[in-house]
Amino acid sequence: MKILVCISNVPDTTTKITFTNDNTQFNTAGVQFIVNPYDEIALSRAIELCEGGKGTVTAINVGESATEPTIRKALAIGADDAVRIDAFPRDAYFTAFQIAEYAKSGDFDMILTGRESIDYNGAQVAAMVGEFLNIPSVSIIKKLDYDGTTATLEREIEGGKEVVSVTGKFVASCAEGVAEPKIPTMRGIMSARSKPLTVVTAQPIEEVIKIVQFETPPARGAVKLIPADEAANLINLLHTEAKVI
Amino acid sequence: MSVLVYVEQVDGKFKKSVFEAVSYAKAIADKTGTSLSAIAIGNVADSELQELGKYGAAKVLNVATAELKNFVNQAYAAVIAEAAQKESADIIVLSNSFSGKGLAPRVAVKLKAGLVDGAVELPQLDGGKFLVKKGAFSGKAFAVTELTSAKKVIALNPNAFGVKESPVTAVIEPFSPAVQSTDLAAIVKDIVRATDKVSLPDAELVVSAGRGLKGPENWGMIEELANLLGAATACSKPVSDADWRPHSEHVGQTGIAISPNLYIAIGISGAIQHLAGVSSSKVIVVINKDPEAPFFKVADYGIVGDAFEVVPKLIEALKAHQA
Repeated sequence: MKILVCISNVPDTTTKITFTNDNTQFNTAGVQFIVNPYDEIALSRAIELCEGGKGTVTAINVGESATEPTIRKALAIGADDAVRIDAFPRDAYFTAFQIAEYAKSGDFDMILTGRESIDYNGAQVAAMVGEFLNIPSVSIIKKLDYDGTTATLEREIEGGKEVVSVTGKFVASCAEGVAEPKIPTMRGIMSARSKPLTVVTAQPIEEVIKIVQFETPPARGAVKLIPADEAANLINLLHTEAKVI
Repeated sequence: MSVLVYVEQVDGKFKKSVFEAVSYAKAIADKTGTSLSAIAIGNVADSELQELGKYGAAKVLNVATAELKNFVNQAYAAVIAEAAQKESADIIVLSNSFSGKGLAPRVAVKLKAGLVDGAVELPQLDGGKFLVKKGAFSGKAFAVTELTSAKKVIALNPNAFGVKESPVTAVIEPFSPAVQSTDLAAIVKDIVRATDKVSLPDAELVVSAGRGLKGPENWGMIEELANLLGAATACSKPVSDADWRPHSEHVGQTGIAISPNLYIAIGISGAIQHLAGVSSSKVIVVINKDPEAPFFKVADYGIVGDAFEVVPKLIEALKAHQA
């Protein structure tokens, strides 16, 4: 079994988000980058499925050389090898195309991603890779079982879940519940340094989208405090002033 | 040139988020001086399809093909792309629901189109540019995105645009595109849906609680408050990590992002990761016994007090209000 796991290099969850160049670029100064938390879930499940010599896990990242520490982290968690497509991941369409092009050469049984990256929150790459490869994709799964030929996945739907079965190659994007994120061991960290990391040239694809400007959310007004013993008054305020109930 | 909106059905019915998508698509059609068609897949009754006319869909393509009864994103994307071709649609709108997230990217690739997921406003047409605003950095920012492709796909966030009536009579047209068996390789085995609860991503009102509740046994009052309000229940990350509540209720940066009209946070301190997922809520109420809790800084209304004293008072007041 061969599993390809897509790794996005994203700002740490505690990062204060600011922009530069007239709000056209994310300000990376002083920002700590991490493996996208959802991708860690996907990676952890892939490692579980391959435990005991049942298969190998390849981590793939579309990024410039600065993302290599994040890729090494994925290797430390337990990926067997890694690939970096050498390009700035300008949007999901571009990134998905690069991953699909690489996957064509690798004969992977499944391709896993996180449900979305925590920077651009597109939740697009998995389904786009599926479409570029013309294979099934299941987005936002909470459970993934695989018997060697058929996968059984639980996908999130509003107010419940849907159970989907896929035989043959597929792509899935993983959310909480698929696996507990694995933490790198000291041995993993040591061995990550010597695991293979291949750099691949990006393929050209037309531009369909670009970000022209970032905005930060408008600041909220001051909080209106209600004394605890007058808590009931909150209901009146929500009804008459905020008009939400 | 026209606008096509995909109307997602659940058990043959449309939810409010679909009427929002139709209203939004109609506003784009008006803005670009073109017409609006809708496409429904999965055997929806004519009476339900007629409802779409209320929001401006003059034409509804009705796909009742038996193999397409259950949602399979690969096959549905092919049908929508074919409908776009048939209607000469260059803008395709859908809801940014769980199914929409699996569908929109496939439609975009089929049409070589740029995709804006989670649009929060109408597009701005600025000197030939087509600009759409969406949330980014998990609620910490917005990104104004230009769609530079000839065809454009927009997935609208629930509760962002609202429902706007623009009544016309919907003409229903059967549409039976050929379905490739390879597009149906994913098979739906089971659908489990709680019908008695308000679904969190669509909810207009949300009652959320955190570690301040001390244990899962104390959620009774949270559920009672939510039931009285007709609200969905949610929780913070530590609570779902501890299995006090299911992961599907976890809102925040690594959970789901929501933008209800009212978000009531009880016993949640307001870590930056939690705020990211809820900061676009229209009104935020925070109940916390710690006056220094960071959540108060982004709240509209706050009560500094013990949840176990405050929540029962709110329940009582709400019962009186509703009586």
